[in-house]
Amino acid sequence: MLKKFVLALALSGVSTMALAQEPKIGGTINAVIQPEPPGLMLALVQNGPTQMVSGNIYEGLLRYSKTLEPQPGLAESWTISPDAKTYTFKLKQGVTWHDGKPFTAADVLFSIETLKVTHARARNNLVQLDKVEAPDDYTVVFTLKQPFGPFIGIFEVGSMPIIPKHIYEGTDVKTNPANNTPIGTGPFMFKEWKKGSFIQLVKNPNYHVKGKPYIDGIYWQIIPDAAARSVAYETGKVDVLPGGSIENFDVPRVSKLPNTCVTGDGWEFFSPMAWMWLNNRSPVLANKKVRQAIMYAVDREFAKDVIWNGLGKVATGPSSSAIKFYTDNVPKYPYDPAKAKALLKEAGYKGEKVRLMPLPYGETWSRWGEAVKQNLVDVGMNIETIATDVPGSNQKNMEWDYDISFTYLYQYGDPALGVGRNYVTSAIQKGQLFNNLEGYSNPEVDKLFEEGAVATPDSKRKEIYEKVQKILVEDVPVAWQLELQFPTITNCKIKNLITTGIGVNDGFRDAWIDK
Amino acid sequence: MKKFWKLMLRNPGGVIGLVIITFAIFIALFGQMIFPTSPWRMVQRPFLPPFTNPMVTLGTDALGRDVFAGLIYGARVSLLVGLVSTTVALTIGVPLGAIAGYFGGKVDDALMRFTEFFQTIPSFPLAIVLVAILQPSIYSIVGSIAIVSWPPVARLVRGEVLSLRTREYVQAAIVTGQSNTWIISREILPNALSPVIVLASLMVANAILLESSLSFLGLGDPNLMSWGYMVGAGRTVIRQAWWITVFPGVAILISVLGMNLIGEGLNDALNPRLAKDSR
Repeated sequence: MLKKFVLALALSGVSTMALAQEPKIGGTINAVIQPEPPGLMLALVQNGPTQMVSGNIYEGLLRYSKTLEPQPGLAESWTISPDAKTYTFKLKQGVTWHDGKPFTAADVLFSIETLKVTHARARNNLVQLDKVEAPDDYTVVFTLKQPFGPFIGIFEVGSMPIIPKHIYEGTDVKTNPANNTPIGTGPFMFKEWKKGSFIQLVKNPNYHVKGKPYIDGIYWQIIPDAAARSVAYETGKVDVLPGGSIENFDVPRVSKLPNTCVTGDGWEFFSPMAWMWLNNRSPVLANKKVRQAIMYAVDREFAKDVIWNGLGKVATGPSSSAIKFYTDNVPKYPYDPAKAKALLKEAGYKGEKVRLMPLPYGETWSRWGEAVKQNLVDVGMNIETIATDVPGSNQKNMEWDYDISFTYLYQYGDPALGVGRNYVTSAIQKGQLFNNLEGYSNPEVDKLFEEGAVATPDSKRKEIYEKVQKILVEDVPVAWQLELQFPTITNCKIKNLITTGIGVNDGFRDAWIDK
Repeated sequence: MKKFWKLMLRNPGGVIGLVIITFAIFIALFGQMIFPTSPWRMVQRPFLPPFTNPMVTLGTDALGRDVFAGLIYGARVSLLVGLVSTTVALTIGVPLGAIAGYFGGKVDDALMRFTEFFQTIPSFPLAIVLVAILQPSIYSIVGSIAIVSWPPVARLVRGEVLSLRTREYVQAAIVTGQSNTWIISREILPNALSPVIVLASLMVANAILLESSLSFLGLGDPNLMSWGYMVGAGRTVIRQAWWITVFPGVAILISVLGMNLIGEGLNDALNPRLAKDSR
């Protein structure tokens, strides 16, 4: 028997209906894009700003709700075989590229072959892929070497953008001049990019979802200075400040401006999580009790309330609460300096110097480093802050030349895609970033992550990942801090902008302006 | 010496400067005893305006740290950096200038070209580059401030030595066969000292400003609370919380003003010509 995920056309309209307001047609939205993207061809460039602009030009096979449930995109329905090795996608019919050519399964096959070369994360996501075939123009079948639970989560536009075969076939994708005028199937078409000034997208009149998009176009304004971006919003020059457009400390002030709406939603798919690498090789931090003491010593509620202005969530363990198989049934580390002191004493810590390296990403992160340092000094640790710049900090991290170092990473919805890489022994690779930098190695954890990635069904994966979360939280390989939320600030007249787990990146499809 | 103090005290500006700096030194030395809480400690809710809570008179900053405590501890860093870097600059500049002026000729040429090499590079950017390369710490800051501020000392000393060298008592010393070291250190330098002292007092003021500017740009020692750091960290929230920036800014202003006034006073007191006129 096939497990059938029936298409629910209403699904995509669900949030619109919740507002119980009829969308109004027309109008142009001005949004900030920061920094200016290096390019808009999503199969080649995946920087944050590129995804934000091009996610509205290109589309993926699926979209993901705020709870990361797959929703129809270019695929209108999909089935997974009982052995979890065959994924069959039925593509939507009558979809055309911006230049009028029809979209078919051949474009999907072509995109996958291209992405394997140009898109590092897609290549990684597709390691378990045995073959992909198109029995007819509107069906694509993926066959896996072995079951891979997270597979259903890799079809988002930024992770697997579908590009037009008729434009790129037989050319060098990297140097094709068409990259300057991207052609997608999305709700908006590329119109003009005035470097250093703005990127203009206009409504796709032939978009395959009837009646959408509601607005006539988007101007992505490029404003290099953070203070100037705040001012641009205050004066009404822009209506949308995507997460990270303005400095954190400015968020409360701007949020209080009249007719301003703020939301932390729309980052669920990325679920950025901040933590401190604890170098498990350092003589002091090799002791589990010291690492636990650090968890008790740091006032994470304070960091959330004061440094992040109340946005985000205190992390309970390696998985963000927004991703699959998260459990909060793990040992807890509330702010408890007395306990931290006791643990340090038990561990025989005698005031050896420990270096702390804040993330050199601006004010917020500097303040955070200062607050954590004070927390640790308060329980009797001897902390020296190391000041450095971005290349310097990357260098020190990948050479393992640190004791405590701040970071934040995306988790991509599934522990097999975004969590395991930071804790398994095979990911201890000197000279690379964002892997197992802390040098934690536990054969049991390795085994569990290995099993978890390919186990079926989901209940089995859940069991495995809950077990691994418990072990990790007990061992504290790194000091988890906050699930970050980057607030999206909009003029309240912009409705229904954030409807998916990737937020602004594919949000303008459903957005409309109340006049 | 008595005469010096008499002259110094006759200049009201100099007296004010002395009072300010004495007070600042007092705070730097004993502030920690009066105020044992670390300035990095989060003591109250963030953004508490000044004069609302008697425990934190001058309010709190973005993390709830006491601005008053920051001022007290910042005094130590500012003065320390000012005095030490000036001392280092003098130890480089005075001997170089003296040797150049005394020996003249090729030695003079070589040393002065070397000095000009440093003088042609704008001092603040050079200091930024040095601190950025060496990683910000109190040592790299003191070092780079010293490196950018010694050339004027060398030029001044050289000029003084050049003129003093032709005096009869120096010629006499040479004729009697005194060693060069003896002549420079015992005969010439003591007489060249007055302008150097005046310059040094202004250099301290300049060093305080340089340190503040570096910290303002985020190149301060991350483990030390300084006034420049406070201004830099508060700059971004100036529209919500003026007090975080204004108080340390005023502290910088007053102490730099104090050093300048002292310099003025010293100039009046040590300059024999001015001293004669005022008699």
